[in-house]
Amino acid sequence: MVEFILERGNYWAIIGLMMIGLYTLFSSTNLIKRLVGLSVFQTSIILFYISLSRIDGGTAPILFGADAKGHGGDHAEDVAAAAAHGADAAHGVAADAGHGVADTAHGAASHGLEHIYSNPLPHVLMLTAIVVGVATLAVGLAIVVRIREAYGTIESDEIREMDLEVALAEYAHDHPGEADPA
Amino acid sequence: MIDLILQLAPAWAEAHAPALIIVLPLLAGPISAFLPGSGRIAWIMTMVVTALCTLLSIILLAQVRSVEGGAVISYAMGGWAPPYGIEFRIDALNVLVLMLVSFIAFLTSIFGWPTIRAEINEEKRAMFFGAFQVCFMGLLGVAATGDAFNLFVFLELSSIATYVLVALGSGRDRRALPAAINYLLMGTIGASFYVVGVGFLYAATGTLNMADLAIQLQDTSGNRAVQVGFAFILVGLGLKAAMFPLHQWLPNAYTYSPSFVTAFLAATATKVAIYALVRFLFSVFSLEFIFEGASLALILTPMGIAAMLACSFQAIFQTDVRRTLAYSSVAQVGYMLLGISLGTAAGVSAGMFHLVNHALMKGALFMAVAGVVLTYQGTRIHDFAGLGRSAPWTMTAFAIAALSLIGVPLTAGFQSKFALVSALLASGWWWAALIVVFSSVLAVVYMGRILQAVFFKPPNNPQKRQKEAPMLLLGPLWVLALANLWIGINGNFVVGLANDAAQALFIGGVR
Repeated sequence: MVEFILERGNYWAIIGLMMIGLYTLFSSTNLIKRLVGLSVFQTSIILFYISLSRIDGGTAPILFGADAKGHGGDHAEDVAAAAAHGADAAHGVAADAGHGVADTAHGAASHGLEHIYSNPLPHVLMLTAIVVGVATLAVGLAIVVRIREAYGTIESDEIREMDLEVALAEYAHDHPGEADPA
Repeated sequence: MIDLILQLAPAWAEAHAPALIIVLPLLAGPISAFLPGSGRIAWIMTMVVTALCTLLSIILLAQVRSVEGGAVISYAMGGWAPPYGIEFRIDALNVLVLMLVSFIAFLTSIFGWPTIRAEINEEKRAMFFGAFQVCFMGLLGVAATGDAFNLFVFLELSSIATYVLVALGSGRDRRALPAAINYLLMGTIGASFYVVGVGFLYAATGTLNMADLAIQLQDTSGNRAVQVGFAFILVGLGLKAAMFPLHQWLPNAYTYSPSFVTAFLAATATKVAIYALVRFLFSVFSLEFIFEGASLALILTPMGIAAMLACSFQAIFQTDVRRTLAYSSVAQVGYMLLGISLGTAAGVSAGMFHLVNHALMKGALFMAVAGVVLTYQGTRIHDFAGLGRSAPWTMTAFAIAALSLIGVPLTAGFQSKFALVSALLASGWWWAALIVVFSSVLAVVYMGRILQAVFFKPPNNPQKRQKEAPMLLLGPLWVLALANLWIGINGNFVVGLANDAAQALFIGGVR
């Protein structure tokens, strides 16, 4: 049982971060804190993808050593470095490459390569997701600045109260003589 | 007409139409954001771009329809062959969405200039049109792409541009700003949920291409990762589509954003999200899988019905016309979800048919409201009193679209509601058909309140002069209003498109 939990430490960390982010997003009234919560939430997703791409014993997805033939890998020192490196990388883990969902990295361990590499695709996807997240955060912060200028506060409950007062005033203006609906 | 365009189109436009329809607004958007002047040049550029995109979508339509039952156009972006490269995949379903989005964008960008001149500061207008084109491009991209992660990128591109557009309503009413930030927080959660779902699918199958996913997912029944991924995708796209309990961002965003933006978003944004939902429900996941998870019957149906009832009731008690229409939009999304949740070709076809019709009627309604905002500066029902006499052309079009929303015979709304009720009865869901009729009665009440104020109440302000919206605004408005009547009287063309779309999902399509 303990082993089951410990083996999936990365997923616990991701779930924890995700919940912290969502909780901050929903519970806080301060708009900046809500945006921070949103960022934490998005970061947990980035970690999720990155840990998906990891394979036990896998190295950074750059071909080296025998795999890099014809890609300039025939430099003497490269080969030497690769031989030293390859000893521990190639040993071991093709059999139990990853566990749970991570073993799906679609045969990155096969395809006739000598070494085991992490799956680079999720990394690339997350570069895009980071850019999207930064853009969202920037737009969000810009809107918060404008809210501060227009309302003089960034607490969403105070903003809601001010909007309610405006709405009631509008209603009273349209329906003179009627009792206040609130 | 379609044949003529096909003959005139150069070969390169036909061969690269799926890419051009995205690339054109993507390039033109940033350029028009930095055009000098008071925004007039940017506006003309927007019109040209949306017109070209409409032509391209017609070319795509002709290509898809050139084969009996609908061809599938596969375009490998950058020459990287699918499933590894990003594929744009056009079939009878998404060509319908592409055409709808680009046609509505073209009409709104014609009508936009007078309202934007009134509502947006001079130095921001060029930027505004730039953001609009990026938003438009994102929506087209969501519809055209055949790659699950690429769909997320386009979804967020269009959403980020939308947040900016909604926030620009603050010039008229500062409440646009809280509406925009709420939309941003909710929308980003939705998109993030979608990405988590795609991550689970990728973990289980090792592919992101939708067609490839569909094949790989066939032998994963009972896989927990796939089920979790499906749940995340359903919630994420449901949030973007304003599925019932996840619609809280919509009413404020529609009420306070600039008139131009409301008219465009109401007609397109949620529709594209519903398209993505349909795509995932029926062509990425198989029907057997969905029914194994029982998500259609247990989630989409109750949510659709709850939206039809709860939001129609909420619409009745609003004092602001745009707010009434916004709640009505959520209720109409309920109709579409109900049709889709039937899980039959007839149900999906009815849902898609209603999707197109709803875009036409809500586009017309919000355009008419934009005309009133322009001439009389008010959106409350109170401000609409007596407008039937002082602005007859605007208000007649408004009334046609309102009748279509209610579902009066000879209008588009009647045709699609009739198709929906027939599909429900064919599946033996007579109780759901009764609820559809009851919800239409609620629509009579909430639209009736507005129409009564418009046509039967004396003007609140006796000095209200006869003042019609400008021609530039009336033209697109009447095109949409007449389209409602045309589909209501002879809807075969759109029904055929919707049927083809449903057929593409159930027979050919991705699989």
